Amino acid sequence: MKRFDIYMSGVGGQGIGLLSEAVIRAADHAGLSVCGVDTHGLAQRGGMVESFVRIGGEVTTPLVRKGSAFLVLALERTEALRAAEAYAASGGVLLYFDTLWQPLDVRLGKADAVSAEDVEEACRRLNVRHMAEKRDLPDVRMQNVALLSRAAKEGLIPGVEMEHYRKALEDLLPGKVLAANLKVLEGQ
Amino acid sequence: MKNLGEMLLRTEPFSEIVLGNTALARAMIESGTEVVTSYPGSPTPEIASALLSVPGEKRPFYFQFSTNEKVATEVACGASLNGHPSCVFFKSVGLNVAADSFVQLSLLELEGGLVAVLGDDPGANSSQNEQDNRHFARMAYIPVLEPSSPSEAYRYYLEAMALSRRQKMPVILRMTTHVCHGKEKVAFGAWKGGTVSTESRFDTSGGPMVPLTAAALEMKRRSLARLSLAGCEMDSPAFCEVRKGTDSSRGVITAGLPFRSLLDVLEDSDRTPDILKLGAVYPLPEKAVEEFLRTHGQVKVLEELDDVLEKDIKALAFDRGIRVSITGKTDDDDRIGEFTPDKVAEVLAKTWPDMVPLRGAKRQPSLAPRPPQMCPGCGHRSAFHAIRQALAKEDITVADIGCHTLGFLPPYEMGEVLLSMGHSTGTGAGLSLFNRSRKVVSFIGDSTFFHAGLPGVVNAVFNNHNLTLIVMENGTTAMTGHQDHPGAGRNANGPSEAIPVRGVLEGLGVKSIREVDAYSQAKLIELVKEAMAEEGFSVVIARHPCMLKYTREQQRNPDYVRKSVEVNQETCDRLHVCVESFGCPSFQRDEDGTVTVSRELCIGDGSCIQTCPVKAIGLRKENRGGETA
Repeated sequence: MKRFDIYMSGVGGQGIGLLSEAVIRAADHAGLSVCGVDTHGLAQRGGMVESFVRIGGEVTTPLVRKGSAFLVLALERTEALRAAEAYAASGGVLLYFDTLWQPLDVRLGKADAVSAEDVEEACRRLNVRHMAEKRDLPDVRMQNVALLSRAAKEGLIPGVEMEHYRKALEDLLPGKVLAANLKVLEGQ
Repeated sequence: MKNLGEMLLRTEPFSEIVLGNTALARAMIESGTEVVTSYPGSPTPEIASALLSVPGEKRPFYFQFSTNEKVATEVACGASLNGHPSCVFFKSVGLNVAADSFVQLSLLELEGGLVAVLGDDPGANSSQNEQDNRHFARMAYIPVLEPSSPSEAYRYYLEAMALSRRQKMPVILRMTTHVCHGKEKVAFGAWKGGTVSTESRFDTSGGPMVPLTAAALEMKRRSLARLSLAGCEMDSPAFCEVRKGTDSSRGVITAGLPFRSLLDVLEDSDRTPDILKLGAVYPLPEKAVEEFLRTHGQVKVLEELDDVLEKDIKALAFDRGIRVSITGKTDDDDRIGEFTPDKVAEVLAKTWPDMVPLRGAKRQPSLAPRPPQMCPGCGHRSAFHAIRQALAKEDITVADIGCHTLGFLPPYEMGEVLLSMGHSTGTGAGLSLFNRSRKVVSFIGDSTFFHAGLPGVVNAVFNNHNLTLIVMENGTTAMTGHQDHPGAGRNANGPSEAIPVRGVLEGLGVKSIREVDAYSQAKLIELVKEAMAEEGFSVVIARHPCMLKYTREQQRNPDYVRKSVEVNQETCDRLHVCVESFGCPSFQRDEDGTVTVSRELCIGDGSCIQTCPVKAIGLRKENRGGETA
């Protein structure tokens, strides 16, 4: 298959590591070649964090070029806008979890917060399909899996099915935590 | 759930999706590496997390976090001298700390072998510079292998250890950030099992390994001879791969991740050059490079950071009289930043625009960046908020390395200069000389205090310097993922003697020491003012446990109740001290100026409550009664 590039972003602490690891493992369970890379270190302290995943095709580098991700997954609204503007390919998809962690300049009163309309407008301009996910969760730490659930149900990653995502989470999470997350993955 | 520790000990060959760092941990086990040492620093700490995922009693190796990179190097060196295959790993700038011992390694007979894994950080993702450690290799006469992917990291480590044991010499495995953190499926070999040998093989029958007087020159001669031998061994197809392109008049010589970026950039190109990918980058594999130069009219050297390969390749072409046009760095920009595919496209287009397909307009996000910051509940935030009130505007603040460095950002702006681990007392002392008009305050974290902070303190006492040092003590090495330090009472293998910061200061002769919990802001302001009013060297210890670590530990408890504060909208006067000055990220500001608290972010620590001039902040009602939120 032709390679499918994914760019993910969020704020340090939102659990982007689990999200990207789950996508990588799901693709592997689906029998596809896959590689990826996360930002670690300093960036995790409430700063912007990003992950790249590349599925199928010849593996060159895990890093994706700007403007060439067919799928952008973001865990937060401000980062969704930033991610789409930097990485989304024309004709691609942005899926984000619609929560807001205000960046410093907004909290200092120096900039306006990004609105859901701002993100939609940017997607129209960039010719990117726009999808926002928002749902009540038993624990805010499950927003990453809620996003994964939506991606699975909408079939946003070609060749990767719900059972593959389930197997991926089974690889990564223990007992009770797994059960709670599978509920979010497969539930409404 | 898959168990990492069990996976690392599998005896039969297997494939698994792993980080580059995890692939190294398996390579250490497969190669029979018996002693591994480190000081935590990005991009390498996940090597330690992988090793430590093997339960203590099952580890076929000994691992320690040492006090600093120099000590880590010395422990690995000593273990190797005694016959244990050893490995030391740390981040790029860690080599500066280790250097005094590191540059001596090649003079010794390293009986067990020693591989130094260096985590260089092109792009300065989490470092104070993007130094190119290949320069150190040249100075220290140590050969360098440089993998470009997790699979290669695994294979090269095995090769590096084998070479090191054969020649009894140190070998560098130079990793870079996105090779350490890259993830892919790696095919691992078998592991025949094993335990750490208890035999002492330290052997000075060839004479003492003391490089003094004439011995230093003899030892250098042996070291150079071994380097040449290693260079010949590494000048092989195992480390020099040629890929044919469509335009064989032109060739690129490259290494590491830039090689992968180049493949990506050339994917949609009709005209592609031949590529010589070097896995051995020092000494230069002369045979492979010479042949490549002789068979191409134009050669581009594509390397990240400095022009190390370029200079060697140009010298080789000159010495051998090869007629070839060689282009390396074309401007300063070519030396700056990580060679991502986007960067490589830019760099390559400056020399061969016809090989880089045109792409759409450059993407420039419209938003201000979101830099890292201190976590909700962080004791450093509480401390900085208070300390700022104790200082006069013209006073000078000196930052050190750790989470507290982030205090240099708005709204705190505490910390105006930064050099390196442990520098703050020394730099602060210098700033205080002949300076009667501006007080100097230096900061340091507790892990850094033990790592490289002590000589500066000793010097301040020894030379009667006039400054205040504030030790920001949170009980852990927080920035790199909560590794234990000498004050923690635990090491990588179990309980250990906790070395108290205060006791160390007293032992070093510091007379003026004050201590306070960083959450007690009024008291902290008072103590800092007192300390600064004194002549001479004074220390204030502002202590509070790392709340990220504490909260994570609490969350494992099934009875954990997540607390949070709230803003009483009737009392709130919209003075915005909480959101603008205290600056906890939990406070969210609406366009009309209303301040609310994000329950996703707030941990209910309450360190903000005291900051509100009109007392509008309090724990949520349900938290006061202990009810579940």
